Amino acid sequence: MSLVESPERPAATAPRPKAPALRRKHRGQRLRTLGFLSPWLVGFSVFFGYPLLATVYFSFMHYNQIQQPSFVGLRNWKYVFTQMPLFGPALWNTLWLVVVMVALRVVFGLGIGLLVTKIKSGVGFFRTAFYLPYLAPPVAATVAFVFLLNPGTGPVNEILEALGIPAPGWFNDAAWAKPSLVMLSLWGIGDLMVIFMAALLDVPKEQYEAAELDGAGAWARFRYVTWPSITPIVLFAVVTGVVQTMQYYTQALVAGKLASGVTIGPGTVIQPGYPDHSTLTVPQLVYSLGFQNFNTGAACVLSLVLFVIAMAVTTLLMRKRAGLLPAED
Amino acid sequence: MPRLRMRICLSAALAGAGLILSGCANPSVGSDRDDPTQPVTLKFWHGWSNPAEVKAVDDSIARFEKLHPNIKVKTVNNVTDETVNQALRAGGDDAPDVVSSFTTNNVGQYCSSGMWVDLDPFMKKTGVEKAKVFPKTFLDYTSYQGKQCALPLLADAYGLYYNKDAFKEAGIERPPRTMSEFKRDAAKLTKRKAGGSYERAGFMPNFRLYQNSPDRLFAQWGPTYFDKKGKAQLAKDPRTRQFLATQRELMDAQGGYAALEKFRTTFGDEMSPQSSFMSQKAAMHMDGEWRGLMLKEGKAKFDWGTAPLPVPDDQADTYGRGYLTGTVAGIAHNSKHQNAAWELVRFLTVDTDQVVRFANAIHNVPSTFAALTSPKLDADPSFRTFIDIARNPHSQAMPPSINGGQYITAFQDFAYNAEAGKVPDLGKGLRDLDAQIDADNLQSVN
Repeated sequence: MSLVESPERPAATAPRPKAPALRRKHRGQRLRTLGFLSPWLVGFSVFFGYPLLATVYFSFMHYNQIQQPSFVGLRNWKYVFTQMPLFGPALWNTLWLVVVMVALRVVFGLGIGLLVTKIKSGVGFFRTAFYLPYLAPPVAATVAFVFLLNPGTGPVNEILEALGIPAPGWFNDAAWAKPSLVMLSLWGIGDLMVIFMAALLDVPKEQYEAAELDGAGAWARFRYVTWPSITPIVLFAVVTGVVQTMQYYTQALVAGKLASGVTIGPGTVIQPGYPDHSTLTVPQLVYSLGFQNFNTGAACVLSLVLFVIAMAVTTLLMRKRAGLLPAED
Repeated sequence: MPRLRMRICLSAALAGAGLILSGCANPSVGSDRDDPTQPVTLKFWHGWSNPAEVKAVDDSIARFEKLHPNIKVKTVNNVTDETVNQALRAGGDDAPDVVSSFTTNNVGQYCSSGMWVDLDPFMKKTGVEKAKVFPKTFLDYTSYQGKQCALPLLADAYGLYYNKDAFKEAGIERPPRTMSEFKRDAAKLTKRKAGGSYERAGFMPNFRLYQNSPDRLFAQWGPTYFDKKGKAQLAKDPRTRQFLATQRELMDAQGGYAALEKFRTTFGDEMSPQSSFMSQKAAMHMDGEWRGLMLKEGKAKFDWGTAPLPVPDDQADTYGRGYLTGTVAGIAHNSKHQNAAWELVRFLTVDTDQVVRFANAIHNVPSTFAALTSPKLDADPSFRTFIDIARNPHSQAMPPSINGGQYITAFQDFAYNAEAGKVPDLGKGLRDLDAQIDADNLQSVN
């Protein structure tokens, strides 16, 4: 066969007659898949994708939400990282709350869950008693705590002073303000208690019986039977706790505002973080920058910082299973 | 090839997103082409919430509607600045046409951002000569860099309320006029219980008490916050250190910061009968002119009087001065009825009879030359003190800034640390504060 001759395809290697049909089938499958996915896709695009893109876009803009945005390059980023003294305290407070509050909430939630599952009589009462505070609206709960812990007139300090115990300044003392917020969150531990109770009641009884036959004590039973069974739930509690605490806003704002004694009303600019910025969290700073100071660009930078940290921590927790489970390959 | 296609798709997506985003950043546009003689309904948002105050506003609106039968006004009360800001950003049919703010702090922000429209063209159209109507101080705090985007809707002056019975008991004949008299009297008036805890403070100087924001007491020194170039100069101005030192001395004369701060937490709400002055936990108290009306309505169980706040010893000739602020009114940038809205703003801020009646009704200081000298103005001597403070040429308001009250907040934060003794090097602290204020201002430049 000469090189210039056009080669003819042998009949054995016939063209693929089913290709268009296959393509149609595949396209149909893709459309079906997309159809089923579309509610999520629309939701994701509108409520996550677009806001994230907008946040990145405005972080490079000067924008006061009234005039047209103007490109300012890295000015907002430089301002946040080098010229905003409140960024450091806000980030520190947020991370402090993430570490301390999440850890204590998991420990307390699990502890109360264990206690309630062990109670033989009056289970309903104790479940209700521990769960009820969780139903209190966060603002109302915070108002009540600030009243109870008022260093000058609060009943808690009056009792402590009557007993001769030095009374802390609670929400009015920079050293005690964050621990007071942790106490407030532990008071409303009902949500985690319920989750842990469900997990604990799910542990097969036979395993406990077998462990007892092997002579395991209470600690050994918890260590080798209970804990391995509930680690996925603990991981869930840790991850959701971290994400929620990264967005900690309402209780800190209300507690700081009330404890500072500022009269709330028109004309009052509420500065978050009382006392001494000890309760200032990144979300409060985002609000303050974006909506009080018309500084949308810097607020977007802060939001992105928070997003990146939350993503990084969550990814790390999921990959390493928070040290609770062996990491998957 | 697939990689190239992906790049093209990604570029197209990013370009599209950019277009969408910049489109979404388009603010809604108002109009000043409307005919104010045509029937229209205006929306007016304000911050007053007390029933008597709301009634006074509604009565004012009724008088306006009588004068302008074609204009109906729907009022919304108890609105905060943040709510107004959000409404003006979002726009839409429910956004207000006429807006007001209880603080002058944010005027610079409203003018520089264009959120409130420039009123000068409207004044020119209707023949209002602002310099002849309003005192200069009031015009200064309602404008920014030549843009008059607000007008004063009554003013607030800050002075001293004192418990005459406590003064008599302590053998003090008149309210203090200088800072050294102030410290001496505060110490004399302070009473303690057997256990050492406070029964009464002479004067609670701590900055977190109710209206004790540092900028208000600092006005007695006549500070200059910014130089001619707009740079912060608190570190350069020796009066800043004098003021902070005096405030510390006032605290030390009565037991120190920590003890007073603990006592402060026992005070009731500012607007309640349990407030510090009303419950006689403080013998002297800095406040605005509205406190007098509250003391009367609350039937205070003691004899009280008013006076200007003391001044530094080396500025004794300025006695009578005080801190000025007030409510401001303006027109929303996205209002479609700006000429009709101007008619309402003009009536509320310029009409002498209206200003006097409204001032008498809510016990605020009038904000026009004519109203300040009106014979119909409330003749109560305790109120007159504040009228005199407002008229005093040495009285001061906060200078407007491009980002509103951000520099005041920065100063407050610094003052909180300074009063608590957490600023070891005051000079360095003030220099850092100036640098911070300048950086914040630069960040707000478009």
